[in-house]
Amino acid sequence: MLEARDLACVRGERGAVFAGLSFRVPAGGALLVTGPNGAGKSSLLRVLAGLLPAAAGAVLWQGADIAADRAAHARRLRYVGHHDALKPGLTVRENLGFYARLWGGEAGPALEAVGLAPLADLPVRVLSAGQRRRLALARLALGLPGDGGAALWLLDEPSSGLDAASVARLAGLFERHRARGGLVVAATHLPLPLPQAAELRL
Amino acid sequence: MTASAFRAVLARELRLALRHPADTLAAVLFFVLVCALFPFGVGPAPEALARLAPGALLAAALLAALLPLDRLFGADAEDGSLDQLLLSGLPPAGIAAAKALGHWLTTGLPLIVATPVAAALLNLPVAAWGAALAALGLATAILSLLGTAGAALTLGARRGGVLLPLLVLPLAIPAVIFGAAAIEAAAAALSPAPFLLLLGAGLSLAAPLAPLAAGAALRAE
Repeated sequence: MLEARDLACVRGERGAVFAGLSFRVPAGGALLVTGPNGAGKSSLLRVLAGLLPAAAGAVLWQGADIAADRAAHARRLRYVGHHDALKPGLTVRENLGFYARLWGGEAGPALEAVGLAPLADLPVRVLSAGQRRRLALARLALGLPGDGGAALWLLDEPSSGLDAASVARLAGLFERHRARGGLVVAATHLPLPLPQAAELRL
Repeated sequence: MTASAFRAVLARELRLALRHPADTLAAVLFFVLVCALFPFGVGPAPEALARLAPGALLAAALLAALLPLDRLFGADAEDGSLDQLLLSGLPPAGIAAAKALGHWLTTGLPLIVATPVAAALLNLPVAAWGAALAALGLATAILSLLGTAGAALTLGARRGGVLLPLLVLPLAIPAVIFGAAAIEAAAAALSPAPFLLLLGAGLSLAAPLAPLAAGAALRAE
């Protein structure tokens, strides 16, 4: 279970982004974070990932503060940020293979899961924006909970640039993840295939 | 697990450098060109050149190694890879250590390979070439470590590319002094060992401390 207590975030030049934020996401649950541009959706995800310290309040995982053991928290989460974190000069397989080496798992099946297997040996430079997004999302398919995979997915606009077929594939990934007790927190403007998701408006 | 993550980050650094060799080539070219220009400025008298050679070699190599440093973390920060690295389970100091080693392998090592060419251009006595290779190897390793800490500290700073040399080069002065002294000693048929040992001491001091400093800076980013 992921819990936020009285969370506040301050960004240097922007000042206070949000404050007094509290919510709970149970195992198998999903939380949609919505709100206008600049409301702090991305900052919230970064705080939940432990990439950004909370100005006040705490993020708890199973009741324990994540700041106490950031490395353990990092191991249990996958973060797909606003940027795709891809190297244009490396091939599709090499890009994903790096994360497979870091986290375990096989690049091949993960590429199948997002429908990029036929493009595995192309450099990422030639991919379209939607295909890059799918490659970034393929990191989610590297090891799911139950086989030692990550339990918490933090997604920043996961479906931006995706076609209908890719969103359907994403729905399958979400469903499997949540069926195994995984959590999804997604910041989005677009409708996402996350049934019974709670919504947090910033 | 940490060791395999370290190897994965290092392997990716090397693969990226092989795929984009321009950074490495630019550093080597800069090094050789500076050494090639020296004789024109100083005049072609062989003795005068040989006297300047040790210092010129060290200064040119360190400045060349500095060239790719401001992109060391910048590229990863811009495309989101740095976030993924920080969530990789590898401690930030480990990421910095892998980056520093990667920088040395892709910049320091090619500079050492080019050292005989530069030494010949500066009319350094052949007897001192061995000492020059050792001194440059140690000095560039120190610079890679200091530079990694500097790159992590200036990440996200405006004009970070200007700040970085100002931050790193003063710290690298001892490496220039002892490196040049080692080459001078060898050129005068004396033992360069004491100076190389001092460089080694500097390296063993920087090897644990610089990645820790860089790691702390990355975490605060």
